Amino acid sequence: MSARAWDILAEVADPEIPVLSVLDLGIVRAVEESDGARRVSVVLTPTYSGCPATEVIEHDVSAALAASYDEVDVTVQLSPAWTTDWLSDAGREKLLGFGIVPPAAPDGRRQLPIVDAGAPAACPHCGSADVEEIAGFGSTPCKALWRCASCREPFDYFKAH
Amino acid sequence: MKFPMASPTSEPTAVPGSAALPDAAVVADACLIASHRLSEWVSNAPTMEEDVALGNIALDLLGQARGLLSHLGDEDRLAYFRDAAEFRNPTICELPNGDFGHTVLRSWFIDAWLERVWCAWLDAGDEVVRGVAEKAIKENAYHRRHSSSWVIRLGDGTDESHRRMVDALDALWPYVGEIAVAGWIDTVEPVLAEAALPVPELPADGREVGSLGRHTEYLGALLAESQSLARQFPGATW
Repeated sequence: MSARAWDILAEVADPEIPVLSVLDLGIVRAVEESDGARRVSVVLTPTYSGCPATEVIEHDVSAALAASYDEVDVTVQLSPAWTTDWLSDAGREKLLGFGIVPPAAPDGRRQLPIVDAGAPAACPHCGSADVEEIAGFGSTPCKALWRCASCREPFDYFKAH
Repeated sequence: MKFPMASPTSEPTAVPGSAALPDAAVVADACLIASHRLSEWVSNAPTMEEDVALGNIALDLLGQARGLLSHLGDEDRLAYFRDAAEFRNPTICELPNGDFGHTVLRSWFIDAWLERVWCAWLDAGDEVVRGVAEKAIKENAYHRRHSSSWVIRLGDGTDESHRRMVDALDALWPYVGEIAVAGWIDTVEPVLAEAALPVPELPADGREVGSLGRHTEYLGALLAESQSLARQFPGATW
């Protein structure tokens, strides 16, 4: 029904992790065409409360759709809260290829309140499982800084959230 | 929309550790002011990782504040064009940073309070308040992990770090009556114990202070900085 809009959204990249589209991130909650497909409304869920990328994403989504629709309506929905369980499998692959270890896979263990951010299974550079956390916070709200004790390279871990 | 006032009729209770759960205006301001204080560390923290950590936590708190403020009214007007007496945050949020140990202990007390608040709000009738809480409870878990691990490391660290944490506890404890909601002390106490710090008796009075608009001298100076741009150039965008 809204295939055209979904196709367009598949090309809208996260401004801070540009290998991921907004669909990979799992932040698009709903897409609806109306008025003979002249109008489209999109519902987004923010990743982190203060993530500066959120406003840029809203703008980028709006601008991308405006090229194909007369009217675009982007709204933000807080509940249910976004979780890294909504990252697509393709998104997880792309993250790893980008040098960021994807969040620990969903296993149903993360009931509220969350008590830990999970841990990377292996170093994205050499594959060693001998990894340790340097800092619980990283260059963006979604990441933590880790390092490999084997190859000594630091790397980002996308926190389970 | 008029900014909701805390009820002036709420009398301090006589039972320590039973401060009332705050309303959205109190929490919005708490997040905003705590965020500003943490942001003062950026480029000044002991290590670069701490610059990043405190900056990230400040950003989360700012996002939480925005979610609530924009629900209560015009977020810019509320953040930039109110005077100190119109702010509702508990006074502990506005206290100066002091040294790093002082900051992480203050953060630990505030984080433990916010955890109780967000948990309670997961059942809130107000959809936006509930949504902010659903998001914030996850972010708060990282914040608590950060602040509590530093409190333990410094409290149970060297003679010098322990001495400084005892000083920080002495300085901050008179302010915790405002945030000692039910369950708060149960969260805080085990960390203080592990940090080899004493757990003083909870203050029995002074529970309604910041939420009534009564603040320390420090809030005005903080606002003079955080509001200066918006007040000099109203409506400025960039």
